[in-house]
Amino acid sequence: MENNIFELQYAMDTFYFLVMGALVMWMAAGFAMLEAGLVRAKNTTEILTKNVVLFAIACTAYMVVGYDIMYGGGVLLAGIGLNGAENADAMVAAALASSQENGFGGDSVYAKASDFFFQVVFVATAMSIVSGAVAERMKLWAFLLFAVVMTAFIYPVEGGWTWGNGVAGSWGEYGVFGLFALGDPIEVAAVVDDAGNVIKEAYTIPGMGFSDFAGSGIVHMAGAAAALAGVILLGARKGKYSADGRVNAIPGANLPLATLGTFILWMGWFGFNGGSVLKLGDIANSTSVAMVFLNTNAAAAGGVIAALIVARLLFGKADLTMALNGALAGLVAITAGPDTPTALAATLIGAVGGVLVVFSIITLDKLKIDDPVGAISVHGVVGMWGLLAVPLTNDDATFGGQLIGLLTILVWVFVVSYVTWFVIKAIMGIRVSEEEEYEGVDLAECGMEAYPEFTGAKGSGI
Amino acid sequence: MKLVMAIIKPFKLDDVREALSEIGVQGVTVTEVKGFGRQKGHTELYRGAEYVVDFLPKVKVEAVVDDGLVDQAIEAVSKAANTGKIGDGKIFVLDVAQAVRIRTGESGSEAL
Repeated sequence: MENNIFELQYAMDTFYFLVMGALVMWMAAGFAMLEAGLVRAKNTTEILTKNVVLFAIACTAYMVVGYDIMYGGGVLLAGIGLNGAENADAMVAAALASSQENGFGGDSVYAKASDFFFQVVFVATAMSIVSGAVAERMKLWAFLLFAVVMTAFIYPVEGGWTWGNGVAGSWGEYGVFGLFALGDPIEVAAVVDDAGNVIKEAYTIPGMGFSDFAGSGIVHMAGAAAALAGVILLGARKGKYSADGRVNAIPGANLPLATLGTFILWMGWFGFNGGSVLKLGDIANSTSVAMVFLNTNAAAAGGVIAALIVARLLFGKADLTMALNGALAGLVAITAGPDTPTALAATLIGAVGGVLVVFSIITLDKLKIDDPVGAISVHGVVGMWGLLAVPLTNDDATFGGQLIGLLTILVWVFVVSYVTWFVIKAIMGIRVSEEEEYEGVDLAECGMEAYPEFTGAKGSGI
Repeated sequence: MKLVMAIIKPFKLDDVREALSEIGVQGVTVTEVKGFGRQKGHTELYRGAEYVVDFLPKVKVEAVVDDGLVDQAIEAVSKAANTGKIGDGKIFVLDVAQAVRIRTGESGSEAL
């Protein structure tokens, strides 16, 4: 009888991963719509192509090697269909034994394939952040090449340092290159030869206690770091910044799409944070899931209101695009710790994100860092805030630990991304020609217009 | 024959069309255009960056009429398109050398 309950619990927790994973996959549609809405009509086909293909690349590269790097899940997911067991009976027996060991309220036991499915969509999310920042002037194929490196290597390595902390087969098995562990301390067993003599003493890799629930740092700040590295090497769009220091507006072509994209991302985020509870099947965990959904939603709401008010105060008008960025900022801010705050605290954490994002967008423009959709601000600046906000409501986290985790991830991703972009730039160049940029990357890279019946650019004509 | 060309505010198109119909003008051509006169443009704001929209959307209405109808046409369009506010538009009258109805081959006034 007890085994039947364990089987149900396994089924529920597996199902949970799958449904949450599907919600996060839906965020890919959100990014696509948001970005399509904020670029000009002549560059829309290309950014849609980038979004669709980067998702496919992320799924494939992570399947081939990324999942193995991050979780020791096996190159090409070897054996994942039977959870690594010899046959179906052995698989069931192993799962039941695991459930017995963990207990009903312990760590969840689930199908490994559902874990992969849940994790792979996070990789795609991280990569998707880059596509908006480099929009309208990057070569499509240079971007896709970077996507392979990011999803196969850069992200899995830093993700493994926290989520694969101490996990056998992961690059995080011994922490960050064996120097320190981002999460809990890692006990390394002594190396003993056949005779029982100790060749190498057991030792402990110190743990920093870094806590990043669903990935404010691991996913969002990382994506922004990769984006920043790319944008620095890419340069701003022609006509964005005048020689006299003026910042020129390049309005997006389709605000309804941008708004739709934001709402889609908002909904998908319930999967992003909710699924990161990692278990549904008992009272404590499902209650936690409910709180996570509640807080995620509250933070988004706080972000919208705060960003809108700040934009109104600064610009005198209600800027829709800032409100949209505010919602996303709120969501990013709560992602590092959606389980511990109260509803009010979550709203305020999101609100701070909303305030930060508006100022960050303006500041980046002053620094002549051109980010057409505000990705670096939403995911990078606010991602950092999200990490540092965790100790405010979570006693297990410390500012020191958060800071170390933040810097470790930031430095790794930024430096390796910069090198990667640099190499790609040297091999094939990353920026389209001035003429191609003028006529639009849709024609130059895709040979296809997004709005073919509305030819004849209206508006500023840049 | 004369070409009466009127640049008007877009929301006045229906009124102008009706007014021309009433005086017996049977065909018009309409184009969406951009332009400015003394109205100039206005400033908009996008994510903190100001930009000036110099060109305002207008509609160009063209009708070729007999010489005798020109004054009535001008008056009809003027009344229909007028709001009293800046940016109402202008009417130009040009000479037309020839007109032909493609289906029947009629030319001159019969083609109008």
